[in-house]
Amino acid sequence: MLETVTTQGSALFGGLWPVAWTLVKIIALVLPLMGCVAYLTLWERKAIGWTQIRPGPNRVGPWGLLTPIADAVKLLFKEIIVPSAANRPLFLLGPVMTIMPALAAWVVIPFGPEVALANINAGLLFLMAITSMEVYGVIIAGWASNSKYAFLGALRASAQMVSYEIAMGFALVVVLMVSGSLNMTEIVLGQGRGYFAELGLGFLSWNWLPLLPIFLVYFISGLAETNRHPFDVVEGESEIVAGHMVEYSGMSFAMFFLAEYANMILVSILAVTLFLGGWLPPIDMAPFNWIPGWIWLGLKTFVMATMFLWIRATFPRFRYDQIMRLGWKIFIPVTLVWLVVVGLWIQSPFNIWD
Amino acid sequence: MSAVTAIKDLLSSFMLTELVKGLALTGRHFLSPHITVQYPEEKTPLSQRFRGLHALRRYENGEERCIACKLCEAVCPAVAITIESEQRDDGSRRTTRYDIDLTKCIFCGFCEEACPVDAIVETNIFEYHGEQRGDLYFTKDMLLAVGDRYEAEIAADRKADAKYR
Repeated sequence: MLETVTTQGSALFGGLWPVAWTLVKIIALVLPLMGCVAYLTLWERKAIGWTQIRPGPNRVGPWGLLTPIADAVKLLFKEIIVPSAANRPLFLLGPVMTIMPALAAWVVIPFGPEVALANINAGLLFLMAITSMEVYGVIIAGWASNSKYAFLGALRASAQMVSYEIAMGFALVVVLMVSGSLNMTEIVLGQGRGYFAELGLGFLSWNWLPLLPIFLVYFISGLAETNRHPFDVVEGESEIVAGHMVEYSGMSFAMFFLAEYANMILVSILAVTLFLGGWLPPIDMAPFNWIPGWIWLGLKTFVMATMFLWIRATFPRFRYDQIMRLGWKIFIPVTLVWLVVVGLWIQSPFNIWD
Repeated sequence: MSAVTAIKDLLSSFMLTELVKGLALTGRHFLSPHITVQYPEEKTPLSQRFRGLHALRRYENGEERCIACKLCEAVCPAVAITIESEQRDDGSRRTTRYDIDLTKCIFCGFCEEACPVDAIVETNIFEYHGEQRGDLYFTKDMLLAVGDRYEAEIAADRKADAKYR
């Protein structure tokens, strides 16, 4: 079927066909992603409600299922206010710069053995580069708003995101070492090989078990990187109102919101791809391997995203100096030591990743 | 602090034991049943002593109870009650005006306690509203109308509470 589409399309669009086909693929990725983001906000409110022994939103639609749609419509119809003292071009660029990397990083995510928008060999490198761009949107928004709260938020964001990027980068380097490839599809396939995978117990061969400390460091750094609780001093409602988002309204605010939740899903799906075996089924025998891979990927990502919400519902906000201490004095040494340990492990006769 | 406890503390902080305990607690709550009352559909029970909207009662023969003694006006700490009285044609003393400004009222229930004939009472109605400023200024007719409408409930509440008075 795909071949008929390709031949028909080339006949119709001629030389423009590759562009059109890429656009179709982008839309096929972004639309479901936006749906997931919308319903992640509902699931967040539901999950936090349940941990507080209340039902969460349940007024709009059955079980509150239309709440995100009502939210989206409300935000769409709200006025976008540009403060008179703001730097107008930069103020409008801020939200775009925030959401652009959050969506761009998705191109290298493999949804199945052959299913990725761009199966490039430097996938992991691309991810590290694109996710580093995230901080620029926050800084631009905070600077251009010309507001003290926004500026403080941007300062905190830049320091925090840059600090945790180092620990996160080291965590990714360890994964890179054991899988010997920067290609995301290769990394997933590498987790499908090993002693336990031969026995059919695939989930014990995934990276999370041999690299458990690195997995934890990656996940906690991911929390800090996306400015989620308990590392949300960037927004810090009780201190600096909403940080860099304080002057934004309507759809420009919604862009920050979308970016935050898209990033949450991105960090979750990355944790799944790098440590939890991507689309691979946990046990390679019936009935587990009847379920298609993208459903396994979705299930695992859902569990990881729920961890974000669970952690938000449990822990109070870190103090700023504690965040810096955790990032610089604990995570970076831990990952550095583990880098050496894994390096020695690979060189030793006990290597399990050859 | 001895070296042993220092090592223990270091290990437990690296094993995230306290964090896992916290997560377990919220996880238990996540699975426990909700306690929210879905207000417009479900309601919590009200005491028969609940102090809500005011009402003026009548005797069973239709005669209004209020004898214009003005004790309620005197006791009202918010000065929300205004009473004027006159002699009626049959020689009894009756109010010509009995107003309660519910925007002033603090719902303390002193008027009900002061009343010697159980004329002014507070019902358990709390879901009422005014759309303009004057709407919550209740006149004698409005108060009597509330009393007429809810007399059965008012009488039942008074009866249930009688033995504790």
